[in-house]
Amino acid sequence: MDTVELSKQNDVSAIAADDAGRHAAFEARVAADEFIEPKDWMPEAYRKTLIRQISQHAHSEIVGMLPEGNWLTRAPSLRRKAILLAKIQDECGHGLYLYAAAETLGVSRDEMTEALHAGRAKYSTIFNYPTLTWADIGAIGWLVDGAAILNQVPLQRTSYGPYARAMVRICKEESFHQRQGYESMMQLANGTPAQQRMAQDALDRWWWPSLMMFGPPDDNSPNSAQSMRWRIKRDTNDKLRQKFIDVTVPQAQALGLTIPDPDLKWNPARESYDYGAIDWAEFYAVVRGEGPVAKDRIKARIDAWESQSWVREAAMAHEAKRQNKAA
Amino acid sequence: MKEGLPLWEVFVRAKGGLSHRHVGSVHAADPKMAVDAARDVYTRRMEGVSLWVVPSAAITASDPGDAACLFEPAQDKVYRHPTFYVVPDNVKHI
Ligand SMILES: [Fe+2]
Ligand SMILES: [Fe+2]
Repeated sequence: MDTVELSKQNDVSAIAADDAGRHAAFEARVAADEFIEPKDWMPEAYRKTLIRQISQHAHSEIVGMLPEGNWLTRAPSLRRKAILLAKIQDECGHGLYLYAAAETLGVSRDEMTEALHAGRAKYSTIFNYPTLTWADIGAIGWLVDGAAILNQVPLQRTSYGPYARAMVRICKEESFHQRQGYESMMQLANGTPAQQRMAQDALDRWWWPSLMMFGPPDDNSPNSAQSMRWRIKRDTNDKLRQKFIDVTVPQAQALGLTIPDPDLKWNPARESYDYGAIDWAEFYAVVRGEGPVAKDRIKARIDAWESQSWVREAAMAHEAKRQNKAA
Repeated sequence: MKEGLPLWEVFVRAKGGLSHRHVGSVHAADPKMAVDAARDVYTRRMEGVSLWVVPSAAITASDPGDAACLFEPAQDKVYRHPTFYVVPDNVKHI
């Protein structure tokens, strides 16, 4: 009995020593800005964190199609309709690149879909706001895609190879999204008084949710330090948020629109804008799924998945039949 | 004629972070020997840090005859490119 227990214990400590060695080697590689590839050894926590982050990102791309899809049939011109359709197609592609990257970590597409539908997986809170007017489509491209770009550009150098490569593709496609949004806002801002009011109203409603896209403030972002060390996050939430504000305020001024923040003020000492307090209570409510349209979003995804399951089944049945014939 | 050794397509990752890229093919009896042959043929000068071999027969390629109908529809969609949109010069970071 004793000897068995003893040898077991030896095994355990041998594994622990082996693990500690691999851990140290892994941390050193990541610290040296090397890329980790699917077949490389990685700590379980790194794998899990990445699966959560990448699938969450993928879900955001997919759910993000819904608020824009809402205006597809009501776009004001054929030109705008073609542009919006092309953008939504891109977002779908982004979701697929990211799901594929997550699958290299050993999670299946169906597991991820299931997690989203069951409410276990999160997606960006921004998509739980409704698109009430056509101007919202311009505001989303300008602000939401603009914020996404700032988040995504540093991720092109993230430590996990497949994720980094997906981000390179995505960033290349993202630029048109922001520019078409800004162009659309420009048209409204230079239009009739009613169009100008519509543009201002869209900015009023999307500004604060866009700032929240960067996540909770640094002092309330518990996993940030770990993620920064692992290079799966390359800038802090607050730093990216500040950068977004600093580049976006002049863009709003060029449109003749007003940022809905009375405390917004250029701070020459910091060479940055000071800004007002963010309503984090609202943010956490939206995270918990209390956004105005959160339930509609998930219902739309589930309905699409279920009502189209026959297409997947028919395709598989057809292939099985073909293989039977060939055999 | 006797059937020769199966054909494998070889993909090399030049360095960490880059995707595997097709470099050519080798003949080999099994996957392990295909990797060994690929190593000898394609990475003698440190051209890579990782190899993939895929049975050539497993690759489905698009038909060159279909190229027009597959790829031409993208040609008239210039609005998929950022340069299609006019943003004044004084507006930065967009
Ligand atoms: Fe996207
Ligand atoms: Fe986008």
